[in-house]
Amino acid sequence: MRRISWFNATSLTLGFAFLYLPMIILIIYSFNESKLVTVWAGFSTKWYGTLMSNQAFLDAALVTAKVALASSSIATVLGTMAALVLVRAGRFYGRTLFSGMIYAPLVMPEVITGLSLLLLFIGIGLDRGVFTIILAHTTFTMCFVSVVVSSRLVTFDRSLEEAALDLGCSPFDAFRLVTLPIIAPAVISGWLLAFTLSLDDLVIASFTAGPSSTTLPIKIWSAVRLGVSPEINALSTIMIGIVAAAVIAASLMTKRASLRQQADERAAVRA
Amino acid sequence: MAQNVFEPWNDPAEKPLIQFKGVTKRFGEFVAIDNQTFDIYEREFFALLGPSGCGKTTMMRMLAGFETPTEGTILLGGQDMAPIPPNKRAINMMFQSYALFPHLSVWENIAFGLRRDNKPKAEIEARVAEMLKLTRLEQFAKRKPHQISGGQRQRVALARCLAKAPKLLLLDEPMGALDAKLRQATQFELMDIQEKTGTTFVIVTHDQEEAMTVASRVAVMDNGRIIQADTPARIYEMPNSVYVADFIGEVTIIPGKVHRRDKGYDVTFAEGQPTLYSEFDAEFDNGQTGYLALRPEKVAISAERPEGRTNAVQGKIIDIAYLGNLSTYHVVLPNGQKIKAQTANTRRLSRRDFTWEDTVWLSWTDTAAVLLKG
Ligand SMILES: Nc1ncnc2c1ncn2[C@@H]1O[C@H](COP(=O)(O)OP(=O)(O)O)[C@@H](O)[C@H]1O
Ligand SMILES: [Mg+2]
Repeated sequence: MRRISWFNATSLTLGFAFLYLPMIILIIYSFNESKLVTVWAGFSTKWYGTLMSNQAFLDAALVTAKVALASSSIATVLGTMAALVLVRAGRFYGRTLFSGMIYAPLVMPEVITGLSLLLLFIGIGLDRGVFTIILAHTTFTMCFVSVVVSSRLVTFDRSLEEAALDLGCSPFDAFRLVTLPIIAPAVISGWLLAFTLSLDDLVIASFTAGPSSTTLPIKIWSAVRLGVSPEINALSTIMIGIVAAAVIAASLMTKRASLRQQADERAAVRA
Repeated sequence: MAQNVFEPWNDPAEKPLIQFKGVTKRFGEFVAIDNQTFDIYEREFFALLGPSGCGKTTMMRMLAGFETPTEGTILLGGQDMAPIPPNKRAINMMFQSYALFPHLSVWENIAFGLRRDNKPKAEIEARVAEMLKLTRLEQFAKRKPHQISGGQRQRVALARCLAKAPKLLLLDEPMGALDAKLRQATQFELMDIQEKTGTTFVIVTHDQEEAMTVASRVAVMDNGRIIQADTPARIYEMPNSVYVADFIGEVTIIPGKVHRRDKGYDVTFAEGQPTLYSEFDAEFDNGQTGYLALRPEKVAISAERPEGRTNAVQGKIIDIAYLGNLSTYHVVLPNGQKIKAQTANTRRLSRRDFTWEDTVWLSWTDTAAVLLKG
């Protein structure tokens, strides 16, 4: 093994500290006995207990879960469909424009996305609530799904679909029985990505949420403005846990798929 | 031995299974298939032969329905195929890339097409078992495609398209990855399947010997065109062009000026060389350039000038290719023309008559060579 020089070691430590120290402090203080966030008074899980009996937080958690599940699922379906069309449909007039347009929301400032959606909802007279947040999140997470799925589809061998058609599948069956199972890892990691994006979105949600439909990030944000409580730390710790689990799952899935692809390629070379 | 020869293409009463009528396929500006009209008959074993990129796969893909002709029509059993999607055609294709489903086991790959037809479970199982046995893949049934070798994958692909016993089977280089023994066994299996099921095969191959062994007719292609489609024997003995003669087997091409004499033509090919004579039925003007195509096994090699042969030339051996059962002598004439002569090695190596640098006589009969226009 190569020795890591002291310079590299220092930059690594500083970099990771910069990234993770705040979160680690937050997690540690969520187990603080004291109500004062800055004073350590011994280990306790009591804030998790009080959190569980805080109805406002539980409601917000429920809204967030609903929104994240629904919007990421819809975004996965729409994003996958968009990816299929953009990768498959050969060269049609305006193709570059379309594929550019689908990726634009990736770099669009969230404030603008949020504001424009708000204006749209007001314009068509849609009452703001869970439904409008779902719509908004679907819109902005769809392009992420599309990016993930199309990068998989580019390397997908079309002759597999042709073989399925040749053996008597309808085009839909060919997609369902052959294409989808093969690109499933990409679709699932797209879904997980959309899920986590929806889970921790504050800006777009605050534009499109109604008074009765507060999501957790909005709740935390407004609570923190009145002062940081250990309860918020506990809640944030739980959210970090969920997001981390999702991200790790997504990357493991991609990793496994790429390892398998490599194994396939090696087998093909050997043959 | 009176045998019923299988030559439906010579029988005007016979209805072709496949008809290409003026089919052209263009990819943008590029012409992949150039205005082709030909028929393939039921129970034929039609082999497409040609260099890579000449349009063999494109031909297959149009039959299977994955490409639509830019011009012209393809008929199957008299019916225009244009409006019929690939999954509604009673045609199965074996892909050059195999296109095995990576997420399914060998067994499931083979059963895939049968399951689409909603056949009863027992019937599917029996059929898959039969296919596994045929391709000798029984012990690999549970493996995934990436867990088996290239040759085994090729057999899975073959088994998968055979399983449905279609009316027409398209095989795109089906045996490229098989070793010689297994290839021969598979060739015989294919012929056997055809005997039993009456399936029509269109097969793309790189291997001339394979085409010669299995095919009822061989179509030699070049640049999107079928140059000649005929029985293996006629392709070999009566090529219609230098291209076909050169593509199939070994050949010596001697260009020369032709003059009509008796039932054939005199060919003068070089200053100071004897005039050659070929008894061959063809239309040439006097003085036109013709090409004598001469198969090496029809050229005799001897130390003395053979008696009574018009076609006898003298040259020097520059190379000997030893093929085990045969040896091919490369002989160069004083004018630089090279001629190949082949002899069977009936004697042991150490007692061969001729060796490098020997001056020898080459001779052939009046009917041995074919005279081609180009
Ligand atoms: N989808 C396509 N787009 C453009 N060119 C193609 C396409 N498919 C085949 N070709 C071209 O058509 C020619 C014939 O290809 P193909 O039928 O695959 O040849 P073969 O199977 O005889 O090697 C090749 O030059 C190839 O580049
Ligand atoms: Mg090909």
